[in-house]
Amino acid sequence: MNLAYRRWQYWLPRPLFSLFLALLWLLMVNEFSAAHALLGLALGVAIPFVTHGFWPEEAKIKRPLPLVRYLLVLLVDILRSNLVVALRILRPARYLKPGFFSYPLALDDDFAITILASTISLTPGTVSIHYDAEANTLLVHALHLENEAGMVADIRERYEKPLEEIFR
Amino acid sequence: MTSIDMPWYLELVIVAFLLFGALVALIGSWGLAKLPDFYTRLHGPTKASTLGVGCTLIGSLLYFSHQQDGVSVQEALVTIFLFATAPVSAHMMGKAALRRRLKGIQGTRNMPDR
Repeated sequence: MNLAYRRWQYWLPRPLFSLFLALLWLLMVNEFSAAHALLGLALGVAIPFVTHGFWPEEAKIKRPLPLVRYLLVLLVDILRSNLVVALRILRPARYLKPGFFSYPLALDDDFAITILASTISLTPGTVSIHYDAEANTLLVHALHLENEAGMVADIRERYEKPLEEIFR
Repeated sequence: MTSIDMPWYLELVIVAFLLFGALVALIGSWGLAKLPDFYTRLHGPTKASTLGVGCTLIGSLLYFSHQQDGVSVQEALVTIFLFATAPVSAHMMGKAALRRRLKGIQGTRNMPDR
Protein backbone atom coordinates (compact mmCIF):
# COMPACT_ATOMS: atom_id res chain seq x y z
CA MET A 1 0.00 0.00 0.00
CA ASN A 2 2.80 2.43 0.87
CA LEU A 3 4.82 3.58 -2.09
CA ALA A 4 1.81 2.72 -4.24
CA TYR A 5 2.40 5.90 -6.18
CA ARG A 6 5.80 4.60 -7.22
CA ARG A 7 4.27 1.90 -9.37
CA TRP A 8 3.27 2.91 -12.87
CA GLN A 9 -0.10 1.17 -12.47
CA TYR A 10 -0.99 3.79 -9.89
CA TRP A 11 -0.65 6.59 -12.43
CA LEU A 12 -1.80 4.65 -15.45
CA PRO A 13 -4.46 2.19 -14.26
CA ARG A 14 -5.80 1.48 -17.76
CA PRO A 15 -3.12 1.82 -20.42
CA LEU A 16 -5.33 0.60 -23.28
CA PHE A 17 -8.20 2.80 -22.24
CA SER A 18 -5.84 5.78 -22.06
CA LEU A 19 -4.68 5.09 -25.59
CA PHE A 20 -8.28 4.77 -26.72
CA LEU A 21 -9.19 8.13 -25.17
CA ALA A 22 -6.23 9.83 -26.82
CA LEU A 23 -7.25 8.38 -30.17
CA LEU A 24 -10.84 9.39 -29.58
CA TRP A 25 -9.75 12.95 -28.90
CA LEU A 26 -7.78 13.10 -32.15
CA LEU A 27 -10.76 11.73 -34.08
CA MET A 28 -13.08 14.22 -32.46
CA VAL A 29 -11.03 17.30 -33.29
CA ASN A 30 -10.57 15.70 -36.72
CA GLU A 31 -7.06 16.97 -37.24
CA PHE A 32 -3.68 15.60 -36.37
CA SER A 33 -1.07 17.86 -34.81
CA ALA A 34 1.52 17.51 -32.07
CA ALA A 35 -0.46 19.84 -29.83
CA HIS A 36 -3.65 17.83 -30.12
CA ALA A 37 -1.79 14.55 -29.71
CA LEU A 38 -0.30 15.84 -26.45
CA LEU A 39 -3.63 17.15 -25.24
CA GLY A 40 -5.25 13.82 -26.10
CA LEU A 41 -2.59 11.90 -24.22
CA ALA A 42 -2.95 14.21 -21.22
CA LEU A 43 -6.71 13.59 -21.22
CA GLY A 44 -6.08 9.88 -21.68
CA VAL A 45 -3.97 9.81 -18.55
CA ALA A 46 -6.08 12.19 -16.47
CA ILE A 47 -9.55 10.75 -17.09
CA PRO A 48 -8.82 7.12 -16.07
CA PHE A 49 -6.80 8.37 -13.11
CA VAL A 50 -9.71 10.40 -11.78
CA THR A 51 -12.47 7.92 -12.56
CA HIS A 52 -10.91 4.49 -12.07
CA GLY A 53 -12.38 4.20 -8.59
CA PHE A 54 -15.80 3.90 -10.20
CA TRP A 55 -14.83 1.24 -12.70
CA PRO A 56 -15.49 -2.44 -12.21
CA GLU A 57 -12.62 -4.86 -12.56
CA GLU A 58 -11.07 -4.63 -15.98
CA ALA A 59 -12.36 -7.29 -18.33
CA LYS A 60 -9.76 -9.11 -20.31
CA ILE A 61 -10.39 -9.46 -24.01
CA LYS A 62 -8.64 -12.73 -24.67
CA ARG A 63 -9.34 -13.19 -28.34
CA PRO A 64 -9.71 -10.17 -30.59
CA LEU A 65 -10.64 -12.12 -33.71
CA PRO A 66 -13.99 -13.47 -32.46
CA LEU A 67 -14.67 -9.91 -31.27
CA VAL A 68 -14.44 -8.62 -34.83
CA ARG A 69 -16.74 -11.40 -36.02
CA TYR A 70 -19.14 -10.62 -33.19
CA LEU A 71 -19.27 -6.95 -34.19
CA LEU A 72 -20.01 -7.87 -37.80
CA VAL A 73 -22.82 -10.21 -36.78
CA LEU A 74 -24.13 -7.45 -34.55
CA LEU A 75 -24.10 -4.91 -37.38
CA VAL A 76 -26.11 -7.20 -39.64
CA ASP A 77 -28.53 -7.99 -36.82
CA ILE A 78 -29.06 -4.32 -36.03
CA LEU A 79 -30.05 -3.81 -39.65
CA ARG A 80 -32.40 -6.79 -39.56
CA SER A 81 -33.87 -5.80 -36.22
CA ASN A 82 -34.66 -2.32 -37.47
CA LEU A 83 -36.58 -3.70 -40.42
CA VAL A 84 -38.42 -6.25 -38.27
CA VAL A 85 -39.46 -3.61 -35.74
CA ALA A 86 -40.43 -1.16 -38.50
CA LEU A 87 -42.74 -3.80 -39.98
CA ARG A 88 -44.27 -4.58 -36.60
CA ILE A 89 -44.93 -0.89 -36.03
CA LEU A 90 -46.68 -0.55 -39.37
CA ARG A 91 -48.98 -3.52 -38.77
CA PRO A 92 -52.09 -2.98 -36.65
CA ALA A 93 -51.42 -3.25 -32.93
CA ARG A 94 -53.80 -6.18 -32.41
CA TYR A 95 -51.27 -8.50 -34.05
CA LEU A 96 -48.69 -7.69 -31.38
CA LYS A 97 -48.10 -10.24 -28.65
CA PRO A 98 -45.64 -8.51 -26.32
CA GLY A 99 -44.25 -10.38 -23.34
CA PHE A 100 -41.46 -10.73 -20.82
CA PHE A 101 -39.09 -13.60 -20.40
CA SER A 102 -36.12 -14.08 -18.14
CA TYR A 103 -32.86 -15.13 -19.65
CA PRO A 104 -30.55 -17.28 -17.51
CA LEU A 105 -27.01 -15.97 -17.92
CA ALA A 106 -24.00 -18.21 -18.24
CA LEU A 107 -21.57 -15.27 -18.25
CA ASP A 108 -20.36 -13.96 -14.92
CA ASP A 109 -18.17 -11.05 -15.94
CA ASP A 110 -19.79 -7.63 -15.40
CA PHE A 111 -18.46 -6.12 -18.57
CA ALA A 112 -19.46 -9.10 -20.70
CA ILE A 113 -22.95 -9.03 -19.22
CA THR A 114 -23.21 -5.33 -20.02
CA ILE A 115 -22.31 -6.03 -23.62
CA LEU A 116 -24.79 -8.88 -23.83
CA ALA A 117 -27.57 -6.70 -22.39
CA SER A 118 -26.79 -3.93 -24.88
CA THR A 119 -26.74 -6.45 -27.70
CA ILE A 120 -30.14 -7.77 -26.68
CA SER A 121 -31.50 -4.24 -26.71
CA LEU A 122 -30.09 -3.52 -30.16
CA THR A 123 -31.32 -6.72 -31.82
CA PRO A 124 -34.67 -7.94 -33.12
CA GLY A 125 -37.63 -6.98 -31.00
CA THR A 126 -36.06 -7.36 -27.57
CA VAL A 127 -35.04 -4.89 -24.85
CA SER A 128 -33.26 -5.95 -21.68
CA ILE A 129 -35.03 -4.39 -18.74
CA HIS A 130 -33.64 -5.69 -15.52
CA TYR A 131 -30.55 -7.53 -14.35
CA ASP A 132 -31.05 -9.78 -11.36
CA ALA A 133 -27.61 -10.15 -9.80
CA GLU A 134 -28.66 -12.84 -7.33
CA ALA A 135 -30.27 -15.23 -9.77
CA ASN A 136 -27.92 -14.08 -12.55
CA THR A 137 -30.77 -13.58 -15.00
CA LEU A 138 -31.73 -10.82 -17.38
CA LEU A 139 -35.37 -9.82 -17.66
CA VAL A 140 -36.10 -9.17 -21.31
CA HIS A 141 -39.13 -7.58 -22.91
CA ALA A 142 -39.99 -8.82 -26.38
CA LEU A 143 -42.15 -6.86 -28.76
CA HIS A 144 -43.50 -10.10 -30.13
CA LEU A 145 -43.12 -13.20 -28.00
CA GLU A 146 -44.18 -16.50 -29.49
CA ASN A 147 -41.62 -19.06 -28.55
CA GLU A 148 -39.82 -18.31 -25.30
CA ALA A 149 -37.45 -21.27 -25.33
CA GLY A 150 -36.55 -20.58 -28.94
CA MET A 151 -35.66 -16.99 -28.16
CA VAL A 152 -33.48 -17.96 -25.21
CA ALA A 153 -31.70 -20.55 -27.34
CA ASP A 154 -31.23 -17.96 -30.10
CA ILE A 155 -29.58 -15.45 -27.78
CA ARG A 156 -27.42 -18.18 -26.28
CA GLU A 157 -26.18 -19.46 -29.63
CA ARG A 158 -25.82 -16.15 -31.43
CA TYR A 159 -24.45 -13.83 -28.78
CA GLU A 160 -23.59 -15.42 -25.47
CA LYS A 161 -21.40 -18.26 -26.73
CA PRO A 162 -19.21 -15.92 -28.83
CA LEU A 163 -18.98 -13.53 -25.88
CA GLU A 164 -17.88 -16.38 -23.63
CA GLU A 165 -15.20 -17.18 -26.15
CA ILE A 166 -14.00 -13.57 -26.24
CA PHE A 167 -13.85 -12.98 -22.50
CA ARG A 168 -12.98 -16.41 -21.22
CA MET B 1 -21.36 27.27 -48.75
CA THR B 2 -19.72 26.59 -52.07
CA SER B 3 -19.70 22.96 -52.96
CA ILE B 4 -17.39 20.96 -55.13
CA ASP B 5 -19.09 19.33 -58.09
CA MET B 6 -20.12 15.78 -57.39
CA PRO B 7 -20.53 12.93 -59.79
CA TRP B 8 -24.20 12.15 -60.17
CA TYR B 9 -23.94 8.57 -58.92
CA LEU B 10 -22.41 9.73 -55.65
CA GLU B 11 -25.22 12.23 -55.25
CA LEU B 12 -27.68 9.44 -55.89
CA VAL B 13 -26.14 7.19 -53.24
CA ILE B 14 -26.11 10.00 -50.68
CA VAL B 15 -29.70 10.92 -51.40
CA ALA B 16 -30.72 7.27 -51.10
CA PHE B 17 -29.07 6.99 -47.67
CA LEU B 18 -30.62 10.24 -46.45
CA LEU B 19 -34.10 9.33 -47.66
CA PHE B 20 -33.96 5.81 -46.26
CA GLY B 21 -32.67 7.14 -42.93
CA ALA B 22 -35.43 9.72 -42.79
CA LEU B 23 -38.05 7.10 -43.63
CA VAL B 24 -36.87 4.73 -40.89
CA ALA B 25 -36.75 7.57 -38.36
CA LEU B 26 -40.29 8.54 -39.38
CA ILE B 27 -41.52 4.98 -38.84
CA GLY B 28 -39.78 4.93 -35.45
CA SER B 29 -41.54 8.12 -34.38
CA TRP B 30 -44.82 6.79 -35.69
CA GLY B 31 -44.29 3.73 -33.49
CA LEU B 32 -43.62 5.96 -30.51
CA ALA B 33 -47.01 7.56 -31.08
CA LYS B 34 -49.09 4.47 -31.78
CA LEU B 35 -47.67 1.50 -29.85
CA PRO B 36 -50.03 0.56 -27.03
CA ASP B 37 -47.98 0.61 -23.81
CA PHE B 38 -44.76 1.87 -22.31
CA TYR B 39 -42.80 -1.34 -22.70
CA THR B 40 -43.53 -1.71 -26.40
CA ARG B 41 -42.74 1.97 -26.94
CA LEU B 42 -39.28 1.32 -25.50
CA HIS B 43 -38.44 -0.57 -28.69
CA GLY B 44 -38.68 2.55 -30.83
CA PRO B 45 -35.70 4.55 -29.63
CA THR B 46 -33.31 1.59 -29.43
CA LYS B 47 -34.06 0.22 -32.87
CA ALA B 48 -35.57 2.46 -35.48
CA SER B 49 -33.65 5.51 -34.39
CA THR B 50 -30.29 3.75 -34.54
CA LEU B 51 -30.80 2.72 -38.17
CA GLY B 52 -32.36 6.08 -39.07
CA VAL B 53 -29.53 8.08 -37.59
CA GLY B 54 -27.01 5.54 -38.89
CA CYS B 55 -28.14 5.96 -42.50
CA THR B 56 -28.25 9.75 -42.21
CA LEU B 57 -24.71 9.67 -40.84
CA ILE B 58 -23.45 7.46 -43.66
CA GLY B 59 -24.89 9.97 -46.10
CA SER B 60 -23.20 12.79 -44.23
CA LEU B 61 -19.93 10.86 -44.09
CA LEU B 62 -19.92 10.33 -47.85
CA TYR B 63 -20.82 13.94 -48.54
CA PHE B 64 -18.20 15.51 -46.29
CA SER B 65 -15.51 13.00 -47.25
CA HIS B 66 -16.01 14.16 -50.81
CA GLN B 67 -16.19 17.87 -50.01
CA GLN B 68 -13.11 17.96 -47.80
CA ASP B 69 -9.83 16.16 -48.10
CA GLY B 70 -9.63 12.89 -46.29
CA VAL B 71 -12.29 10.80 -44.67
CA SER B 72 -14.58 12.50 -42.24
CA VAL B 73 -14.61 10.32 -39.14
CA GLN B 74 -16.75 12.27 -36.73
CA GLU B 75 -19.87 10.58 -38.06
CA ALA B 76 -18.42 7.21 -37.12
CA LEU B 77 -17.89 8.51 -33.59
CA VAL B 78 -21.50 9.68 -33.37
CA THR B 79 -22.62 6.20 -34.43
CA ILE B 80 -20.46 4.51 -31.83
CA PHE B 81 -21.70 6.77 -29.06
CA LEU B 82 -25.28 6.25 -30.15
CA PHE B 83 -24.96 2.46 -30.17
CA ALA B 84 -23.27 2.51 -26.79
CA THR B 85 -25.80 4.79 -25.07
CA ALA B 86 -29.19 3.90 -26.58
CA PRO B 87 -29.46 0.46 -24.92
CA VAL B 88 -28.40 1.87 -21.56
CA SER B 89 -31.09 4.55 -21.56
CA ALA B 90 -33.70 2.01 -22.66
CA HIS B 91 -32.59 -0.30 -19.86
CA MET B 92 -32.87 2.45 -17.25
CA MET B 93 -36.31 3.55 -18.45
CA GLY B 94 -37.54 -0.03 -18.46
CA LYS B 95 -36.23 -0.56 -14.95
CA ALA B 96 -37.94 2.61 -13.75
CA ALA B 97 -41.20 1.49 -15.35
CA LEU B 98 -41.00 -1.88 -13.59
CA ARG B 99 -40.37 -0.17 -10.26
CA ARG B 100 -43.41 2.00 -10.75
CA ARG B 101 -45.43 -1.09 -11.69
CA LEU B 102 -46.60 0.35 -14.96
CA LYS B 103 -49.16 -1.94 -16.53
CA GLY B 104 -48.53 -3.61 -19.84
CA ILE B 105 -51.35 -3.93 -22.33
CA GLN B 106 -53.86 -6.74 -22.07
CA GLY B 107 -52.31 -9.99 -23.17
CA THR B 108 -48.74 -9.20 -22.21
CA ARG B 109 -47.23 -12.55 -21.35
CA ASN B 110 -45.35 -13.19 -18.09
CA MET B 111 -45.94 -9.71 -16.72
CA PRO B 112 -43.54 -9.55 -13.75
CA ASP B 113 -45.21 -8.65 -10.47
CA ARG B 114 -42.66 -6.67 -8.60
